[in-house]
Amino acid sequence: MAWTWFHRLGSPPYIYGLAARLTPWFAWSAGLILIAALFAGLVLAPPDYQQGEGYRIIFIHAPCGWMSTMVYSTMAVSAAVGLIWRIKVAHAVAASCATLGASFTAATLATGMLWGKPMWGTYWEWDPRLTFELVLLFLYLGYMGLRASFEDVQRADRASAFLAIVGVIDVPLIHYSVIWWNSLHQAPSVMKLGKPTMPPEMLVPLLMMFLGFTLFFVAVLLTRLRGEVLRRERTASWIREAVLQ
Amino acid sequence: MSDLSLRAENLHLWRGERHVLKGLSLAVQGGEVLQVTGANGAGKTTLLRALCGLLHLEEGRVLWGGNDVQQDLPSYHEALAYLGHEPPLKADLTACENLHYWVGVRRHLSEAQIREALQRAGAAAFGERLVRSLSAGQRRRVAIAGLLLMTAGLWLLDEPTTNLDADGTRLVAALVEAHAKGGGIVVAAVHHELSISGEHLRRLELAA
Amino acid sequence: MSTVAQPSVPTRASSAAVRGSALAAARLVLLRDLRLAFRKPEHIVQPLAFFAIVTTLFPLSTTPELSRLREIAPGVLWVAALLSGLLALEFLFRDDAQDGTLEQYALSGQSLTWLILAKTCAHWLLTGLPLALLAPLAGGALGAPAAALPSITVTIAIGTVALSLVGAIGAALTIGVKRGGVLLSVLVLPLAVPILIFGSRATQLAIAGESFVAALELLGAMAVLGVTLAPLAAAAAVRISLE
Repeated sequence: MAWTWFHRLGSPPYIYGLAARLTPWFAWSAGLILIAALFAGLVLAPPDYQQGEGYRIIFIHAPCGWMSTMVYSTMAVSAAVGLIWRIKVAHAVAASCATLGASFTAATLATGMLWGKPMWGTYWEWDPRLTFELVLLFLYLGYMGLRASFEDVQRADRASAFLAIVGVIDVPLIHYSVIWWNSLHQAPSVMKLGKPTMPPEMLVPLLMMFLGFTLFFVAVLLTRLRGEVLRRERTASWIREAVLQ
Repeated sequence: MSDLSLRAENLHLWRGERHVLKGLSLAVQGGEVLQVTGANGAGKTTLLRALCGLLHLEEGRVLWGGNDVQQDLPSYHEALAYLGHEPPLKADLTACENLHYWVGVRRHLSEAQIREALQRAGAAAFGERLVRSLSAGQRRRVAIAGLLLMTAGLWLLDEPTTNLDADGTRLVAALVEAHAKGGGIVVAAVHHELSISGEHLRRLELAA
Repeated sequence: MSTVAQPSVPTRASSAAVRGSALAAARLVLLRDLRLAFRKPEHIVQPLAFFAIVTTLFPLSTTPELSRLREIAPGVLWVAALLSGLLALEFLFRDDAQDGTLEQYALSGQSLTWLILAKTCAHWLLTGLPLALLAPLAGGALGAPAAALPSITVTIAIGTVALSLVGAIGAALTIGVKRGGVLLSVLVLPLAVPILIFGSRATQLAIAGESFVAALELLGAMAVLGVTLAPLAAAAAVRISLE
């Protein structure tokens, strides 16, 4: 029973239809949650006793950082599935993740720089977490560049899948760098086991932002996936009916 | 006499968006020469490379001696000699050196064996010259010497008579026929018919 | 009528007995690459010339004072070595892929992993090793004390081993890509960063006269890890490119 479900997911027409149906749900819920979270974080939450109002950029920066690695992991896992079991839809999912993931990474770096100036006195420092995040950006760019350099879609898929898998080592490096090395960055205060050290008025909007960003990612991924499937299957017979619906 | 057999079952293969091999099947026994013809772009090279086990098949499989080649590719490759469009020769090495480094990777070769193969391919005269200084036809002869050195049961040849003069073309036909007579299998993609006797010859036409 | 003598067609059993060992095959690949390089030395000279140019440009563009140059010397040496290495990596598989030799290796019945390890080894002998021998000269010109010069050779030698191995993966992925040099650099960069960091640190400690054993051990560990994993990964990438 589970296998047939898995097999159906690998079928382009099925995925196309499923994505079309699910996207509105994710999009709307993402929009509502993000608006609520932004309101809670920017307006309702109290100022930080150390940083004043400036800390509020965390509501963008932290979710972006989380998403940048989460999207990469999704990309690497789909690429691995596509490489090992040769499922084209998996490659399409990986391809759809790339631009979004790169954008999240760039946003993380940019918001980090904006936050760094008031907080540490400098826009940039070569500390481990920032450096590995920059490496992540290069990995995304390399993935997209490698994809673009092959005419043959199959070769592009397989070569870039390879890169995505090899590069996944960067993800744990980013997360654990603040623990393993002396870093400018704060130690994890949200993901700690046990009680987090943030007060609930700040924690709840932050968690809502995480959730909102995740839903947003899924909505955009599904939309891009439909485009990617259309592009790959444009000579197939089922496209005509699916598009005309 | 020979227990060699090559079979392909229902091969489906896409190159990009083109459905190149559409459910192709074939079977060749030891002692047979399969001549594959077809227009440019019909898939002759693709078929040969698929038979080598280099390409991923969406569907279908290749069987050597009754076993799926993907189960044990190294053994299959030991028994197989493939010559592509271009002779796999380095311009900055001599013909002898090329053969030594190319076929020597597969199995140990002696100087005498290399010279003998060059002789049989009609390339002994330029064995010590750098490949850079050889004409296309001469390079093709060196490649044929390499083919002979590989002592494989199955020959997969992609347009083996390219750049050869009438003499060379006759030589290739003779070698192919002799290989078949000895119990080997030859699958050759050609533009013109090979002049070998009908008892060994089978034909396959690929439609574009 | 054919006058050629036809040896008997090998049956399954006889051909298995006749296959050469993987090590012998790898040795042949190594020797071939070395011989080819000596016939056409441009491929060796170019990266070395590049290294010399880069290390010369730094003093010209920053400061001629040796005491200040000494501080940036490790970084300059390693960046130059990395860039020269990347330049040389483009040629690792390029010619073989073009003339069908790589295909023949994949069809040889030998382990492609071993053959690629042999090619990478030849590549290091032709680029990394000369760089390691040239580096002390550049280091001395950048103010490194004479006592540190042998250590510079050792650190760069080990670092370039790791770099060649890791770079082989990137080179294998970009086979056949036109002007793939920049893409190759982007791909190799994430994996080269740890090598750069620890290698530079080791050289820095060596120049300062302190013990650099710990950093060197880490660098060596990366090289060992590279030897075991990189050829496998590169072989898989080569097969992908042949499909």
